[in-house]
Amino acid sequence: MKSLWVMAAALGVSLSLPAQAQDKVKLVDVIELSGAGAAAGTNWKNGADMAAADINAKGGILGKPVEIVHYDTQTNPGNTRAAVQRAIDENAYAILGPIFSGPIGASMQISQRAEIAQIVGGEAAGFTRQGNPYIFRTSISQAAAMPKIAKYMKETLKAGSIAVVWVNNDFGKGGRDTILPELEKAGIKVAVDVSTEQGQADFTADAIKVKNANADAVFVYLNEEESARFLRAAKQQGITKPMIGETTLLGAKVLELAGDAANGVKGHVGLSTDAPIPALQDFGKRYREKYGFSSDHNGVKGYMAVFMVKWATEKQKKLDKKGVADTLRGATIKASEEPGILMDTVIEQNGDLDRDSFLAEIVNGKQVINTTLPRIKP
Amino acid sequence: MAEFIAYLIAGIATGSIYALAAIGFTLVWQTSQTINFAQGEFVMLPAVLILLAVKLFGLPLWAGGLIGIAVFLLIFGAGFKLVVVDPMIKHGVLPLAIATMALSIIMKEGAKDGFSAEAQSFPSLVPTDMINLLGASISLQHLAIIVVAFAAIGLLQWFVGGTRLGRQMQATAQNPTVARILGIPVERMVLLTFLLNAALAVVASLLISPIYLAKFSNGETIGLFAFIAAIVGGFNQVRGALVGGILIGVADSLAAAYISTQYRLAVPLVLLVAIILVKPEGLMGRKEERRV
Amino acid sequence: MSAPALQNPAPPRRSARRLDAALIGLVLGAVILWFAPVGMGRYGTYVLSLWLVMSIGVMGLNLTLGYAGQSSLAQAAFMGLGAYATAILTTKYGVNWYAAFALSGLLTFAVGLLLGFPALRVRTHYLAFVTLAFSTLIWLVIRNEQWLTGGVYGISNINRPDFVGIKLFGALEFHRFVVVVTLILSLKLWWLVRSPWGRAFTALRENPVRAASLGIDTRTYTLLAFAIGSAYGGFAGSLYAPLVEFIDPSPFSLSQSLFLLLMVVAGGSGYLFGPFVGALLGVVLPEWLRFAGSLYLIIFAAIVLALLVICPQGVCGLFERGWHALRSKTGGAR
Repeated sequence: MKSLWVMAAALGVSLSLPAQAQDKVKLVDVIELSGAGAAAGTNWKNGADMAAADINAKGGILGKPVEIVHYDTQTNPGNTRAAVQRAIDENAYAILGPIFSGPIGASMQISQRAEIAQIVGGEAAGFTRQGNPYIFRTSISQAAAMPKIAKYMKETLKAGSIAVVWVNNDFGKGGRDTILPELEKAGIKVAVDVSTEQGQADFTADAIKVKNANADAVFVYLNEEESARFLRAAKQQGITKPMIGETTLLGAKVLELAGDAANGVKGHVGLSTDAPIPALQDFGKRYREKYGFSSDHNGVKGYMAVFMVKWATEKQKKLDKKGVADTLRGATIKASEEPGILMDTVIEQNGDLDRDSFLAEIVNGKQVINTTLPRIKP
Repeated sequence: MAEFIAYLIAGIATGSIYALAAIGFTLVWQTSQTINFAQGEFVMLPAVLILLAVKLFGLPLWAGGLIGIAVFLLIFGAGFKLVVVDPMIKHGVLPLAIATMALSIIMKEGAKDGFSAEAQSFPSLVPTDMINLLGASISLQHLAIIVVAFAAIGLLQWFVGGTRLGRQMQATAQNPTVARILGIPVERMVLLTFLLNAALAVVASLLISPIYLAKFSNGETIGLFAFIAAIVGGFNQVRGALVGGILIGVADSLAAAYISTQYRLAVPLVLLVAIILVKPEGLMGRKEERRV
Repeated sequence: MSAPALQNPAPPRRSARRLDAALIGLVLGAVILWFAPVGMGRYGTYVLSLWLVMSIGVMGLNLTLGYAGQSSLAQAAFMGLGAYATAILTTKYGVNWYAAFALSGLLTFAVGLLLGFPALRVRTHYLAFVTLAFSTLIWLVIRNEQWLTGGVYGISNINRPDFVGIKLFGALEFHRFVVVVTLILSLKLWWLVRSPWGRAFTALRENPVRAASLGIDTRTYTLLAFAIGSAYGGFAGSLYAPLVEFIDPSPFSLSQSLFLLLMVVAGGSGYLFGPFVGALLGVVLPEWLRFAGSLYLIIFAAIVLALLVICPQGVCGLFERGWHALRSKTGGAR
């Protein structure tokens, strides 16, 4: 029984944390480094680290160096909550991440209660609709992206029927639930609705199913790796109909993994290191040099998140936690003022973003941007 | 009908992958009563090790391949038996099974931290062309997997039944005590099974990774399906792995086609439960009298 | 597995003394944990609560595995059933938490019986295979039936209960509530293990054939052990939902069930305090190892593996071994 005493005492000592002096800007990155979100989380973490290095090389924020601590969430809501709680107890200046909406949902009330900004990588529509003033996105939400895709399918492709392939997690389901009403509004029929598993390796049966549905186009809403596997299976089954997707379908990772099978894929891209914006391309190049692989959109989001904090702090000219959220809400961050934000970004009152996005196509294994779509509310 | 055949062929191709992974499972069970929960990771890791060797030493692919395979056989063939199985086997089936769960976490997280959290493409040994079979298209890669799975089972059956070494192995599996009295080097036989298991995992990895991509988390699905396939087929028979694997692959493919893509995963599991209730020793298995 | 039985030549007196020590240990532990979070901050308090909640789940599995010798690969699924039952009843139907807690336990107990009955009819170790299928099936239902469970989006804003008019909204108040519930549940288990039932469970684990020949209805007792163990999973889930205030399918997957099994073994299966140690390794150790980044999972698994190879009775078994060695030394000197 003595062991229990010792254990409890050890627990007490190690879980109580000393207060820290404010000689640096401490950001806590609560992120998926293991479990289902590991790939996305690793990109985000690298992006955030790069941003901190860039900022510190130029003298930090208001003269103080940025320090980023990464806490793994295991893509698990309970652990995410612990990590965010810890960040707040450790007096974090702002919280970065997570990306998956389950972990976001489990932790956002805590940052709200502590009145501290939480800048997340989630794209699902739901969490900015709960009236939480401390949550901020780093990319366009699905609610903003899907109407653009539906419009493209109707006006440019003139599609009458669509096969929808989605991954059954909060990201994929969220996208699918958002695009179905848009398709209905546009008068496009859904020929077949195929749910796939996260981490699924074999897409042959799904490809056959899509092929047999014989729709005018295929809407693919999967994470990068699954997108690549699906495209390969679709090519093997001889599907010739246009493949339409969102940012994840046209990512650098997909091109690398899918090879030829990605050619001809079209879609809407929110953030891309291939976008015709020098700052983004430069980021992509430096990321590749530093980490040895291409950044996906999560890497860009992690980078931007840190610069959102920097911009807000310099705007309010003091290190005030609550002020970060107040300053960000409703702000417009111009790349000309803050190059690190990479492209002009409008933050709405609920934490959603509005900014330019792109229509792109894969030609000869390269992402080619055809059109730049303006902001929804210019 | 053409549609049905397409699903059927896709199912057989996928099922052969599960079968290939499940063979090792049944082998290890027979000789040492080890339920290897890391079987999926065994199939995931060789490809990752090869890519790692290429990346670390800047070697050409064949040299990296040799190094990766050698390291894998050494650690997860011989090392697995000597370090994990040998000290644990005397404590019974369960602690050992749990130890392999821990091993699977180490392998998975090790591949992630030591190599990459992202999927990597892996070169194919077989041309990636498509051929037409009964109106359905199938890739040469999948065809190769089917052929290799059948060949591996055939060879193993011949080896066990037709060679001296194989019969010694069989005797060891059935009754180690008697085998020892008969002068069979039991320890060496068991070690041989583990090496064989690792070698089969390498073959499976080389064939599967070009299609599934090399990724640390791939073992989860492969391991689960191999496990189900082995039980359904009967995990005390090597040919049970083939029957179980193909059955599970076809069930999975047809479930996606005709039942529900959201509940696709449920069909092999329901099949598993049904088999346990109706014919617990598996479709091809023989009744086991040994107490477990 | 039969080592402890062999080492106790004079069981009646010694085991009675040891069990009293266990009782004192439980109560003392609860008192310490009641006061432990003072000055620890909300994060520390939360981690302590999470540890206790997981301990309850592991306790149930310990009964099934450690005392009755049945392996279940579905404890996380039972936790999920309990968590979802509680979350749905309290958020959608306004049922109070205590009723929801009882219903969650009842539900998981009943499901445990239903599941165990056909599996054990065939062969005892087939229970593991059936629970493997069951845990994935439950996970699929939770994820797909969005009308009931919120699907991949989960259920948010789960309220914490009151205790005789005191709101348990704050981290410390809820932690103390968890401490009390954990104490009650572990006392119940302590009593159960000591009762004739518990002896029957142990007899079953040590030697089922002999147990049957002594007139113990092995199937009924195995089933009961499994069902009670499952109910503890349900209780743990029922506390987990208000603790995190949000649930989605991910913490109730098959890999989590395997993780819980690792915790039982790491702590020491068949020991009353094993689950607490195991959950400590599984829940609190990762928080200590934050500095190691994502390597902590490897460290945890390596610890379990090393433990299993060196001492399959887990940390508690290791302690007991050390204790015996120490006693025999001092005893020799006396």
